Amino acid sequence: MKAAVIVFPGLNRDRDMIAALTKIGGTKPAVVWHQDADIPDADLIVIPGGFSYGDYLRCGAIAARSPIMDKVRERAARGVKVLGVCNGFQILIEAGLLPGALMRNTSLKFVCREVKLEVVNAETDFTRGYAKGQIIRSPVAHHDGNYFADAETLKRIVGEGRVAFRYAEGTNPNGSLNDIAGVFNEGKNVLGLMPHPENLIEAAHGGDDGRALFASALKQVA
Amino acid sequence: MTLRNDPAITPELVASHGLKPDEYQKILDLIGREPTYTELGIFSAMWNEHCSYKSSKKWLRTLPTKGPRVIQGPGENAGVVDIGDGQAIVFKMESHNHPSYIEPYQGAATGVGGILRDVFTMGARPVAAMNALRFGDPSHEKTRHLVNGVVAGVGGYGNSFGVPTVGGEVEFDARYNGNNLVNAFAAGLADTDKIFYSKAEGVGLPVVYLGAKTGRDGVGGATMASAEFGDDIEEKRPTVQVGDPFTEKRLLEACLELMGTGAVIAIQDMGAAGLTCSAVEMGAKGDLGIELDLDKVPVRETHMTAYEMMLSESQERMLMVLHPDKEAVARKVFEKWELDFATVGHTTDDLRFRVLWQGDEVANLPIKELGDEAPEYDRPWTEPKAPAALAKSDVPQMDVAEALMALVGGHHCSSRRWVYEQYDTLIQGNTMQRPGGDAGVIRVEGHDTKGLAFTSDVNPRYCEANPYEGGKQAVAEAWRNLTATGAEPLAATDNLNFGNPERPEIMGQFVKAVEGIGDACRALDFPIVSGNVSLYNETNGRGILPTPTIGGVGLLPEWTQSVGIGFVAENQPILLIGGPAERGTHLGQSIYLRDLFGRRDGDAPHVDLAAERRTGDFVRKLIRSGVVTACHDLSDGGLGVALAEMAMAGNIGATVTDVDGNDPVLTFFGEDQGRYLMTVNLDPQGDEIAALWEEAKALGIFAPWIGTTGGTTLTLGAATPLSVAALKVAHESWFPSYMNG
Repeated sequence: MKAAVIVFPGLNRDRDMIAALTKIGGTKPAVVWHQDADIPDADLIVIPGGFSYGDYLRCGAIAARSPIMDKVRERAARGVKVLGVCNGFQILIEAGLLPGALMRNTSLKFVCREVKLEVVNAETDFTRGYAKGQIIRSPVAHHDGNYFADAETLKRIVGEGRVAFRYAEGTNPNGSLNDIAGVFNEGKNVLGLMPHPENLIEAAHGGDDGRALFASALKQVA
Repeated sequence: MTLRNDPAITPELVASHGLKPDEYQKILDLIGREPTYTELGIFSAMWNEHCSYKSSKKWLRTLPTKGPRVIQGPGENAGVVDIGDGQAIVFKMESHNHPSYIEPYQGAATGVGGILRDVFTMGARPVAAMNALRFGDPSHEKTRHLVNGVVAGVGGYGNSFGVPTVGGEVEFDARYNGNNLVNAFAAGLADTDKIFYSKAEGVGLPVVYLGAKTGRDGVGGATMASAEFGDDIEEKRPTVQVGDPFTEKRLLEACLELMGTGAVIAIQDMGAAGLTCSAVEMGAKGDLGIELDLDKVPVRETHMTAYEMMLSESQERMLMVLHPDKEAVARKVFEKWELDFATVGHTTDDLRFRVLWQGDEVANLPIKELGDEAPEYDRPWTEPKAPAALAKSDVPQMDVAEALMALVGGHHCSSRRWVYEQYDTLIQGNTMQRPGGDAGVIRVEGHDTKGLAFTSDVNPRYCEANPYEGGKQAVAEAWRNLTATGAEPLAATDNLNFGNPERPEIMGQFVKAVEGIGDACRALDFPIVSGNVSLYNETNGRGILPTPTIGGVGLLPEWTQSVGIGFVAENQPILLIGGPAERGTHLGQSIYLRDLFGRRDGDAPHVDLAAERRTGDFVRKLIRSGVVTACHDLSDGGLGVALAEMAMAGNIGATVTDVDGNDPVLTFFGEDQGRYLMTVNLDPQGDEIAALWEEAKALGIFAPWIGTTGGTTLTLGAATPLSVAALKVAHESWFPSYMNG
């Protein structure tokens, strides 16, 4: 399994993501600078978290319009797995690869804490390491993670099993509609989520609930 | 030479630059003519208190700054301390008090930006941040607004830049009503053989400007920070800089990449007094002159004058001296990160600081006298009056359980979750202990077992009552907090916040506090390797509480051995290590007196430095032996509050005995120093604990078994048991309800 991590200026959890992929996958992912002409051959493309271009416009809006995203779109269309975490999720939404919108947290404040997630769909390449309905721990750290979709879109993504994770046990940190924490595209080969599973993958983090997501995506879970 | 002088230099203009008549005379004597307007600005920037330390230097020199692990002490952008294996920790704390009061969000944000830049200027990647924040009385009309803005600003910058905030302090006191304090700490990791310094070397080498463009923001900021506030402070808002963490993040990556190419000879960030201060420091330190051509400086606005360019405090800028043959390599790195890169001058051999603008020479000054030979004062000071100790019989009574509930749910001891959840505490994936404990702990990237602990401490109440003991206590508490995690305290940074040094009683506070800091640092082998002084923290003639904040750094050979403050299991014996047999005796200047009885009297508790060291070394040894399951130092609120914090953090209750013959108020709320609480995984009747007590006894350390963990309530002697859940509700409620109110 080959992984590639796309880096835009202003992203800052790229190092966390690269460390997690290296520790779980056994090899360091390719690191792709946003100005690179193409993405090397990879089975998993990851856009990590941070503040691309400072998020001075709508979060992720500028990165979503950079040329490298055309390459991401092409790969996704060919079935390559694409994972966006936090700012990466915002970028995938802005790029039209995932439905809905991410608005400012209802508290209007940045929030960094641990939440509980319910695994809603465990039958995808990203989530098969978990059981359906399983409750896992995960940190969040964001200012704009309040998921919204219009009624019709919401009905469709729920009906099509495209909700990956929901905030559980009253831990919704941002006001997301239906407690949605992560969603898939139609083909379920593109996943975006606000929480940071890469920051909970080893004993040193106080738990490894995030590990199965990467193990699944890197095909270490059958 | 052609020297433009517009506007004319008048006594009013000199005064508005914060220069006293005798200082202006010194300028005239030094250059033998009237300075140009630009030169006057340069002098005001270099000779103000903020940049020159003219009132404090004499006393700062008395601090211990050396040690076997110290690679670089004060005088550079940050201190550098060896942590073994070819790695070093680079750190400093710096204030941004005045700007944060005028414009809380940007003031705090640029404070964080400035300290991060100090660290990565030296070649270190920032790995931890802390913030010590002090605000006015919660009921003061401006306090809530300031808390909101400062916390959002700290988070807004640090979160975007990508450094975990692992600790800090938040405190309220009416004495900060007109001057809040924002003391920002940052630490970075570097290889010991790849540390970069500001001293320029070599004549005729290019001086290169990097980073963001220069605008008019922050012109005169350092001068503003060197004066008291009056009622006209709103007019000073334009002197506050505007932060751009996105540019800072790119600057970090670009600088580290550039340093890897071997192109950098010297580097200095543009902080206070911007281009002026950075150029003069690089030249003066290297015994070189500098010539700058301002027409080459990247500017954000048109028609900027030489004066404005020299005094701008636009953020996210750096000045470097580069190897001439590597200029192209350097340019490429900066183009990749889309940052400005311009050769704006060169080094010379004539020790002059020359500034050219539109073909004219607008400044030509002796560089050494501007920089490292700036004026220095021995300001008059008066010995602070020792406060009367509380009478032994003076123990105001209150039900112990009620008092504990009130303290835990009060503004001083309540949870700071509302604050630290707005900071990214986990980014980089190395945070082992988040805020809320004694010290933040991270593991060291690139090493299998090493960890680092960080803490920030000072007790301004103690410093006000007794500056010498308060200074000692601040150092001792930082040392104690590091020890309580199992770390070996390595070194510290000091951020000395005081009032107007021209008042002898304020200068007296400063002198005695520095003396106390020095004595404690020497006794504990805890050198000061960097720091910052912030004076003139006064509004309308009323000074803040003297606040010498100490930022401490400790090393854990194996982070897996570190412990937190929360009880981890039921039925574990609780030991109180250190302090007197009565457990608690000292109520003067305590939180119990201040917050429950409105009293600020008595002497500050004294720190016995020899006992402090003995006790701490014993505690650290126990932690590293693996018998300790939780450890917490005793500070504000004494034994009672410390027990409550351990119970709340672990969701486990405890039962603790009274002391025969001692007033329970003293036992549970006395603030005697040098004490720790710990739980151990030992049988209280067994041989191992007996051996522990034998050892303590031999060392002269009092280490009684005072109670046992377990259940859902905390019972302090004969007092009504308190449910841990109810304590938690009170502890967690104060901050959010205050901010929502």
